[in-house]
Amino acid sequence: MSTAPEKLSESDSPLDLSAIRADFPILDQTVQDKALCYLDNAATAQKPRQVIDAVAEYYRRDNANIHRGVHTLAERATAAYESARERMADFINASATEELIFLRGTTEAINLVAQSWARPRLEPGDEILVTELDHHSNIVPWQLVCEQTGATLRAVEVNERGELDLESFEALISRRPRLFAVGHVSNALGTINPVKHLVERAHAFGVPVLVDGAQATPHMAVDVQALGCDFYAFSGHKMYGPTGIGALWSRKELLTEMPPCQGGGEMIKMVSIERSVWNDVPHKFEAGTPNIAGAIGLAAAADYMESIGLDAIGDWEHRLLEHATRRLSETPGVTLIGTAEQKAAVVSFVVDGVHPHDLGTILDSEGVAIRAGHHCAMPLMEKLGLPATARASMAFYNTLEEIDTLADALVRARELLA
Amino acid sequence: MDLKDLYHEIIVDHNRRPRNFRRIENPTRVSEGYNPLCGDKLKLYVVEKDGVIEDVAFEGSGCAISMASASLLTERLKGKPAEEAETLFGQMHDLLTGKGEDIDTEALGKLAALEGVKAYPSRVKCATLCWHTLHAALQGEDLATTE
Repeated sequence: MSTAPEKLSESDSPLDLSAIRADFPILDQTVQDKALCYLDNAATAQKPRQVIDAVAEYYRRDNANIHRGVHTLAERATAAYESARERMADFINASATEELIFLRGTTEAINLVAQSWARPRLEPGDEILVTELDHHSNIVPWQLVCEQTGATLRAVEVNERGELDLESFEALISRRPRLFAVGHVSNALGTINPVKHLVERAHAFGVPVLVDGAQATPHMAVDVQALGCDFYAFSGHKMYGPTGIGALWSRKELLTEMPPCQGGGEMIKMVSIERSVWNDVPHKFEAGTPNIAGAIGLAAAADYMESIGLDAIGDWEHRLLEHATRRLSETPGVTLIGTAEQKAAVVSFVVDGVHPHDLGTILDSEGVAIRAGHHCAMPLMEKLGLPATARASMAFYNTLEEIDTLADALVRARELLA
Repeated sequence: MDLKDLYHEIIVDHNRRPRNFRRIENPTRVSEGYNPLCGDKLKLYVVEKDGVIEDVAFEGSGCAISMASASLLTERLKGKPAEEAETLFGQMHDLLTGKGEDIDTEALGKLAALEGVKAYPSRVKCATLCWHTLHAALQGEDLATTE
């Protein structure tokens, strides 16, 4: 490896980074008198003005409740909401628009599948399979439903690089669990799981698969038909959209046979005191007034990402990942955690002599925002034998210079505490 | 805000070389403290006899603030009346949450080095964890959390 510092600049990017950064008003600020260097995108991504404007414009001009009023604003709001559904169904290449249910986010989507699809099917002795790499939101809903039904939760092991152990997977999937739930991309380590392969193997044993796509949709083009999965859940705020909006996709025949989880307005066709008739999919699962502005903002985020190009986003984020991996590996006392071959732009690491939480505070004083902690993946941390890690997670608006700022700040953190 | 106010040299020193960082084989009181936010974990051992803390030590892992705070606690309380521990707990709590205008920081001695934490609300629990744990130990409870 060459020791001469390679001169890298924004001009190496295929993206027009200064124009892109100008779309994100929040990036243009100082924190503790230093330029903000936002590297906590896996927690939540920043929003371009196109998203902020879409939400504001809806409230300024179109706000009304949907699917009921006959007045002009209600019709505009309904059209905007339903066109957002069409947009998002298209974004993940669903075969039908009504297969996309708007929910609060990935967590609510997984809980819905656990309670509506799994709970009526599970019996004592049945198994649900997750992985040690998963986020708590793809573990705890299954624990709850296992407690309710007497089923057993099992987890595919991870290897020392932070990849799923495929032998462990084969052994557990051949036990024919009732469902396999797996993250597309690990939030804690960035590992991209071989979802298509996992789905093929699971289906060979007749096991349906739920994919937690919260960390995938921000980074790559997702095609649910090509993946072959049965459920796909994702969140708006991780992919440059608003908080409080996300979606569940599933095939229409599965959704049709699932009972609703929540009762209320919108999810019914007819109500009497004796009984009610459920509305059609997807409205059956959208009780109450939904997050209309959120759905519109999410569709604007999808538009924005596609205007830049998902391939271009992926290429630049890969460059950021390579640069971060190299700079951090070369920084004395830094150990990278999670070295999977296929990774999204996330680097998890520990620094000798500096606890991740101290690191978080010290980096903040340099304007650098990272995450420190267990990343809602305590089973993974226990497996790795670590109480916590520091995590820098990149987005396409990040620059190579920001990664240099991070690496330089790590050196100063060690000087201070180690 | 100057980082040196948070990572005072006393804190850096006690983090690097925590005092009384050991297990006590036959403690009269023992309690575990856990801060779910940071993952700071510590176990505090106390030997109390006739109302006096004859020995106090801790084990665990956590951030610099939690380790230094626990180290300073043990250094300060060894050989002191148990009552003093409760008084100090109240004073430290007030100092770290910015309610300590009336506190004589000179009397707190080295413990006052933690005062800089009050400018970092997300880190206050790191500093108070050992005090909650000690309080639980003296009350005969075996677990303390900062939640």
